[in-house]
Amino acid sequence: MYPEEYRYTKEHEWVHVEGDTGTVGITDHAQHELGDIVYVDFKYGRETLKPGQHVDQGKTIGSVESVKAVSDIYCPVSGHVVDLNHTLADAPEKLNEDPHGEAWLVKIRLSNPGELTNLLSAAEYQTYIGAEK
Amino acid sequence: MPATAALKATCLNAVHRSLNARMVDFGGWDMPVQYTSLVEEHLAVRRSVGAFDVSHMGEIDITGPEALQLTDYVTTNAAGRLKTGQIHYSGLLYEHGGFVDDVLVHKVADDHYFLCVNASNQEKDFEHIRAYNTFDAQVRLSSDDYAQIAIQGPNARATLQKLTAADLPAIRYYWFTDSSVAGAPARIAHTGYTGEQGYEIYIAPAEAPRLWQEILDAGQEFGIKPCGLGARNTLRLEAKMALYGHEIHASITPWEADLAWIVKLDKGDFVGRDALGKQKEQGIRRKLIGFEMCGRGIGRDGYEVLVDGAPAGWVTSGSPAPALNKNIGLCYLPVAESHVGRAIEVVIRSQPVAAVTVETPFYKRAK
Repeated sequence: MYPEEYRYTKEHEWVHVEGDTGTVGITDHAQHELGDIVYVDFKYGRETLKPGQHVDQGKTIGSVESVKAVSDIYCPVSGHVVDLNHTLADAPEKLNEDPHGEAWLVKIRLSNPGELTNLLSAAEYQTYIGAEK
Repeated sequence: MPATAALKATCLNAVHRSLNARMVDFGGWDMPVQYTSLVEEHLAVRRSVGAFDVSHMGEIDITGPEALQLTDYVTTNAAGRLKTGQIHYSGLLYEHGGFVDDVLVHKVADDHYFLCVNASNQEKDFEHIRAYNTFDAQVRLSSDDYAQIAIQGPNARATLQKLTAADLPAIRYYWFTDSSVAGAPARIAHTGYTGEQGYEIYIAPAEAPRLWQEILDAGQEFGIKPCGLGARNTLRLEAKMALYGHEIHASITPWEADLAWIVKLDKGDFVGRDALGKQKEQGIRRKLIGFEMCGRGIGRDGYEVLVDGAPAGWVTSGSPAPALNKNIGLCYLPVAESHVGRAIEVVIRSQPVAAVTVETPFYKRAK
């Protein structure tokens, strides 16, 4: 369920680092808690998030909204945005179906890979959500 | 699980957990918000049939020679006009005209009225009614005697009929009968909170897990789904049914909530009547009205509403409407602005987004 090679936040995002780039998404636990997702918005501060934007670890890079609730997306790593998954605008339900794969949110070129040590391993994350339940 | 230890659980709690439902704290109750998908559960009720555990709801029995006098005195609708076996929607008000709760009043007998009340209001309602009991009547909070399961949707009747000898087509809308379901004594009420055909059945808690399974088995041929409180909320919103704490609360009167039809000022004295009479003379300042989002976004509970760019009201409930494919909501607006077709804006996370007031209910089932 939770890939070993990903790193996780307590706010329920994941990041998968390959080379100098991290792919970011929300966890299966997050999509399950939110329920049917209807909107994904990419925002940094008041501006629309775009490629080239520098983002800081822990800052909000957008929100995911379901029928029931809205939840902020916190950036798990600092760096420059290199890509955004715009297919989610028309098919936000993909986040319910494949949150760890096809429904990734953003790709970030890491500016401070050392930050990864602040994140949880798959086992730690699963213990964390187990305890939260 | 220390965080949930204090939550109250219905007799179906273990069943919900075994179905892997997502559980939430709903007014102090550990309740299923959804089993699989809120949207799928919502659509099951609109298209076929769904079952809801609503055992958290409270029940109050008012009995005795003056049961009617007390019931009529503490509620806004004319309890004296109910026939045995009939039900109506009513308001329980404070002297100042605000809502203590909204209730369903069932006339069981001349000397027995049965109230179904909101879960988180039940103790408050009970104390409120008791405080006005200067009549020859007994008031009993009997919630522990009942589990409640709602079976809702176009195939609710066909599902339930398989389990009961009661003649369901003979039970008219907002009537009930005391009968049995799958061998267990049950009060079968033709009521619901979804805008669809359906029944709410009151049974002994010990029977609930077995009946829940019997209902799911009976509805299997119709694709019945267990439905959580999430779908219950979107269904009632599409049908524009009020939710306590949202459309109605202690500072809202029935006139403001567009519930004049549950107030019978001419029936004689009742708690809140003077205040309502006065407000009717003076006129209300704000009124509940439906809206539809035009821009991208969902106007949710508590969000501010702007008229001509200035703060004018607030959203009481808002959500995507799964059966309608749009984002809808209810809001309070100044009376002068509360007409259909008014352009408004809902402030969604600091951003005003265009919306327009519309006719309600948003959804009405084909008769």
